[in-house]
Amino acid sequence: MMDFINFYLVPGITLGAIYALGAVGVSMIFGILRFAHFAHGDLMTVGAYFGLSAVWLLGIPALAAIPIAVALTCLVALFADRAFYKPLRQLPTIYTVIASFGVALIFRSVVQLVWGTESQVYSVGFQKPIVLFDSLRIATRHIQIILATAAITLGLHWFLHHTQMGKTMRAVSDDPALASVAGLDPEKTIRWTWIIGAGLAAIAGVFVGLDTDVHTMMGWNLLLPMFAAALLGGIGKPLGAIAGGLIIGIAEEICTYPFFGESLISPSYKSAIAFVIMLLILIFRPRGLFKGRLL
Amino acid sequence: MELSGILFYLISFLIMGGIYSVICLALNMQWGFGGLFNAGIAGFYAVGAYSAAIITSANTPNHVGGFDLPIVVGLVVAGTLSGIVGWAIARICVRLKADYLAMASIGIAEIIRLAVINEEWLTNGSLGVSRIPRPLEEFFTGRESEMVFFVFVWIIVAITFWVAHRLYKSPWGRVMRAIRDNEAAAESVGKDVQSFRTQSFVIGAIFMGVAGALSAHYFKFFSPDATEPLLITFLAWVMLIAGGSGNNKGAVAGALIIWAIWSMTEIITQQLPPDWATRSSYIRMLLIGLFLQFVLQRFRAGLFPEKAPKLNVKSHG
Amino acid sequence: MSYKILDVQNLTAGYGKLPIIEDMHAKVDDGQIVVIVGPNGAGKSTLLKSIFGLNKRMSGDIVFESRSIFDAKTSELVPMGISAVPQSHNVFPTLTVEENLDVGTFAAPPKDKAATKAKILTLFPDLKDKLRQQAGELSGGQRQMVAVGRALMSDPHLILLDEPTAGLSPAYLEVIFDLLLQVRDSGVSILMVEQNAKQALRIADYAYVLVNGKNAYEGTGAELLKNDEVRKSFLGGGAPK
Ligand SMILES: Nc1ncnc2c1ncn2[C@@H]1O[C@H](COP(=O)(O)OP(=O)(O)O)[C@@H](O)[C@H]1O
Ligand SMILES: [Mg+2]
Repeated sequence: MMDFINFYLVPGITLGAIYALGAVGVSMIFGILRFAHFAHGDLMTVGAYFGLSAVWLLGIPALAAIPIAVALTCLVALFADRAFYKPLRQLPTIYTVIASFGVALIFRSVVQLVWGTESQVYSVGFQKPIVLFDSLRIATRHIQIILATAAITLGLHWFLHHTQMGKTMRAVSDDPALASVAGLDPEKTIRWTWIIGAGLAAIAGVFVGLDTDVHTMMGWNLLLPMFAAALLGGIGKPLGAIAGGLIIGIAEEICTYPFFGESLISPSYKSAIAFVIMLLILIFRPRGLFKGRLL
Repeated sequence: MELSGILFYLISFLIMGGIYSVICLALNMQWGFGGLFNAGIAGFYAVGAYSAAIITSANTPNHVGGFDLPIVVGLVVAGTLSGIVGWAIARICVRLKADYLAMASIGIAEIIRLAVINEEWLTNGSLGVSRIPRPLEEFFTGRESEMVFFVFVWIIVAITFWVAHRLYKSPWGRVMRAIRDNEAAAESVGKDVQSFRTQSFVIGAIFMGVAGALSAHYFKFFSPDATEPLLITFLAWVMLIAGGSGNNKGAVAGALIIWAIWSMTEIITQQLPPDWATRSSYIRMLLIGLFLQFVLQRFRAGLFPEKAPKLNVKSHG
Repeated sequence: MSYKILDVQNLTAGYGKLPIIEDMHAKVDDGQIVVIVGPNGAGKSTLLKSIFGLNKRMSGDIVFESRSIFDAKTSELVPMGISAVPQSHNVFPTLTVEENLDVGTFAAPPKDKAATKAKILTLFPDLKDKLRQQAGELSGGQRQMVAVGRALMSDPHLILLDEPTAGLSPAYLEVIFDLLLQVRDSGVSILMVEQNAKQALRIADYAYVLVNGKNAYEGTGAELLKNDEVRKSFLGGGAPK
């Protein structure tokens, strides 16, 4: 039982927290800009590498590098929007999807050019896990990631429900035509969408590095579970996306637990879980668990 | 370089260009006609390549298969299996906005990649399938065999073109194009249109599988590396949009021209100092990513724009 | 005479290159309810959208409080004192009623938000105990109240209403019209498109009949109700009650 918690559940929640932070941006961009952002995973990669540079150049711990990574990643996202997505705004959104597919490649190749393709770690050395109740052993990094994600969730909830920009974003996500009738500024809303989406993606990227290592394909590999999480939570429901991310992360880890002496599925197929969940959602509940939009 | 060397280079260029033409024509059936965004071309390509490889290669202890069957059988199986995968995914997604299909198709490609790497009994894992035959190998070798293969590929391109053309001219094709760029209309489409969309997606998937099979035969060896999304999915998209989505001639022209540019950048980057040569593949990726943005923003209609209906600006209201 | 708050002069407007309304005029005096009636597809919604900058104005002029707003964007009009309620999809369904009202203040914050909200809730007392409900869950009539309430939250001088009674039961129709009279009496001018022409003309200070994108008839509500031709063609015949 303790093995289950220590080696499957807690890592599952950690992984889920990373998916969740990425999926918030995917869900918000889908809700407000109305397109599936294929470069979101690679935006995460960009954030992770900014974090890496901050750690290297300033000699600070990874957690302290987060604000720097967030700020720079937001700038990158705002620039990408201005240069690559905004010119296509008046066209059917599928053109923006295609553009984002290309932007993913641009992000990745720039990262590979600047930082190389070897995988990197923020810090070497073994951290002793914290032992609770004698046998519950949780790695410090897992505690940090889980607590930070919980705090971000609360903050996001507050932002969406108690600030003018948060309510504006929900209104635009509900009905963009009515939002412009109400005189809301769509471009300002879009800018904030990128700032929040990219900021959380950068945090998620640094968390990946904290948990394992950073490499140039990390974001692309996380894209599928992030999409699945956003769909599971319901498009345009950022808090739903967090729930979706956690469910998928936990499901992926738990499915490899040897319940009956053997794991449910081979660990090499872990990332198929997200895909299966995505298909089930599309078949049975296209609006997700929390009644999101159907685009 | 002597003349025959240039000719030889041209032939091998046209073989790959032909394979990409098949992919682009197939993609045009999905996107150009139906507005369906397939981000998992590499997956369908891999299904086709592995099916053909396993069916036609000689017996081997390394993995299942090695049935040593004729190449035509391999092509049919490749197209069929790839079509079935396409059908399954289209059934789920065509009723939804194109973005959902895009996400699901990425997933399909990912699952297929996982299966190809992990199911060693079937695919020999990352070592790949080898000793895949080329057509008429027993009669021709070396450059002659290359010539034969060149003819073979372009026969398939012609068949694909013919099918695409028929689809395009069919009454349904016209309806599809009429609603393609009108999201409101596309959302309210009825069951019939959904079934036509499914059809065009499946037929496209079949030919993507066939293209995979062709490349397996051409290289005589196929491993997971060859299904790199960048080289298949991404290039195909750039080719189709640059050539002119919705236009079959444009699809072929785009395939040849972009493949020519892509090959030339390789020649150029090979001349770079070794320090830069390792980075050159990232530079090429960066450039192709930027090139796609350029095409999308400034050159959306492509070299051979579709005549009518135009790619309308989204209507408001 | 009271002064003109809105003056639409020789307006031609439409979508893309296609004009839908041609050479139209209409005006709203301060403190009036002005009603636009006409058959389906006549261009009534198009007229409201053109005034509000939601489609293409081609020629003519639109003057609001003696300033031309012919080139003004929607986001500039709300702070100037115009709000609009579209024909359908006029509330944010997953936002609560209170949040819907709040959204009305974002583009043009009223001087005293609490007072404005209190005023609106006195007008629409039905909404008082529904503030925390999602607007999408309300009945059609209550949704219209939320929509009008949202438009009033920016303390506008003029509101444009597109068929505020569409889809409502006859009983509710009276309720809404009654409320609109109260809105007018609180100092907000109203330009309104209506399908329920007879009832609308009864509360109208002035009215225009729009046919095929052009002005056909105009007059006070009472005049049009008495006009035989208007009655025959647009009010389903019969003598005035
Ligand atoms: N978004 C639009 N794009 C193009 N034409 C439109 C649009 N909306 C309405 N129309 C056309 O404008 C005409 C008038 O429509 P509308 O103003 O909605 O009429 P009404 O409100 O009087 O019923 C109709 O013929 C309609 O087809
Ligand atoms: Mg109307």
